[in-house]
Amino acid sequence: MLIRRTPDIRPSEITPEAVFLDRRRLIAGLLGAGAAAALPAGEAPALAALKYTRNAKLSVTEKPNTFEEITNYNNFYEFGTDKEDPARNAHTLRPKPWSVEIAGEAEVRGKFNLEDILKPHALEERIYRFRCVEAWSMVIPWVGFPLGDMVKRFKPTSKAKYVEFTTLLDPRQMPEQRSANFPWPYVEALRMDEAMHPLTLMAVGLYGRELPNQNGAPLRLMAPWKYGFKNAKSIVRIRFVEKQPRNTWNVLAPDEYGFYANVNPKVDHPRWSQASERHIGDGFFAKRRETLMFNGYADQVASLYQGMDLRRYF
Amino acid sequence: MTLTVDRRYRLVYKPLLFIACLIPLGWALGGVLALGGLLPSMPLFDLGADPVRKVLGIVGKTTLNLLLITLAVTPLRQLTGNGYLIRLRRMLGVFAFFYACLHFMVYLGPFQGFSWDAITKDIVKRPYITLGFTALLMLVPLAITSTNGWMRRLKKRWQKLHRLIYPIAILGVWHYWWQVKQDIREPLIYATILAVLLGWRLWRWQQRRAATLKSAPPTARERT
Ligand code: HEM
Repeated sequence: MLIRRTPDIRPSEITPEAVFLDRRRLIAGLLGAGAAAALPAGEAPALAALKYTRNAKLSVTEKPNTFEEITNYNNFYEFGTDKEDPARNAHTLRPKPWSVEIAGEAEVRGKFNLEDILKPHALEERIYRFRCVEAWSMVIPWVGFPLGDMVKRFKPTSKAKYVEFTTLLDPRQMPEQRSANFPWPYVEALRMDEAMHPLTLMAVGLYGRELPNQNGAPLRLMAPWKYGFKNAKSIVRIRFVEKQPRNTWNVLAPDEYGFYANVNPKVDHPRWSQASERHIGDGFFAKRRETLMFNGYADQVASLYQGMDLRRYF
Repeated sequence: MTLTVDRRYRLVYKPLLFIACLIPLGWALGGVLALGGLLPSMPLFDLGADPVRKVLGIVGKTTLNLLLITLAVTPLRQLTGNGYLIRLRRMLGVFAFFYACLHFMVYLGPFQGFSWDAITKDIVKRPYITLGFTALLMLVPLAITSTNGWMRRLKKRWQKLHRLIYPIAILGVWHYWWQVKQDIREPLIYATILAVLLGWRLWRWQQRRAATLKSAPPTARERT
């Protein structure tokens, strides 16, 4: 079998937090005194380089946004609601060690070490468009592997119609989870055919290195034809289910955020237009860009939604 | 050298307030210039990955702050008994209008790229934009009639007209409230401050009414 079961006790549970943090600091110090010393106290240790190949076929040719832009402008409410907050606050997240629970309608279930989950997968870089529901966009070089390959390994049963992703729930690591006005943990889901689509990526890296915390370390979803919020970050649980799960933003504002969240210039958000977007990095006086159907991936994914009223299933 | 209170306001406090009111503009302008390479980049002038939204936010917040500070002048005057404070109010109000115009210009240009079709649709269809736009339109007559000449000409009607500041402030807070995605903590702070400022007036007004009712003869009471 490909996957080994790991003991249910995580090192973080047996190691007192203070010792744990000290150790992290020590590791940070050892990892190249130069770079680490330049980082403010409490900053995460340098991100390790990944081994990967480029997937040019599934990459767009537009110029990617800079690492600075991608890592300093994030919606990750677990660390604050301002887009600069995650970069400031996400250092409290501990992406190592990490385990992911596989649950629901699948033959292979249980809690697995992230390394064991990743081991069989060759990593590739894909440069994807990214479109936020707030009408701004970026181009991002992710490193990851197709979610579909991973799903197959867990042998979902015939009852598995949807895949649900749950973000970590731990207010010590995600301080904003102490605020009550949000139904933590963050939950998102894909229909099975969406999950199996070759474009759907499980991302573990950015710009050739491990994911920075604020971008959803150590494991996040990336379905580039959907609005950004669909792509759950810092995933701790993957569950196969028969009924369509309620995703967090849909629970919060059902008239504004649907289950599908496909990028669609013809269906406006009730409070703003989705016809165009401001592309981050284009400069202060740049024109807006037209938003493309399915974020420019219509050729690949439009068939998934044939016959569906996209106004209703937004 | 000692200055009379009158001169202190004219020569010291007002110029200082004028400079203070320009700080947010300097911040935003510095950021844009640094972005264009016309200023050395420094943390203060770093507008982040989305400078357009940042500048829109800086001038939008400044508008709202100035509106609320303008509304705080009268309560402060009544609480402290310092009648001179009223001399600062016009500058605060006019600056609020100035920043509202800037906010609108940043919206028209950098934010919407002068795409008039999208802009008209926004103003008509998007409730939070409609609210902001209404507030801006209502500020125009107040800015025009802010001069001594208009004050004299309109007499009692001037005060009535300038009560428009109350709905304007409400629309401003509402506009802010309606655009946040989920986290209403900050708009809530603004709404609370506004409620206190308006509540204070309501309370004073009731007190005054009760006093006149008590002291007035019955015939006059009929008329009130
Ligand atoms: C008195 C009038 C107005 C006040 C007090 C006001 C105030 C504000 C405030 C406080 C913000 C939030 C800034 C932040 O998030 O930091 C804001 C954002 C905004 N305002 Fe206004 N505003 C006014 C008029 C207008 C007008 C006339 C328009 C356009 C027609 C407009 C369009 C916007 C837009 C597009 C945003 C940004 C929304 C986003 O970030 O997605 N506002 N405004």
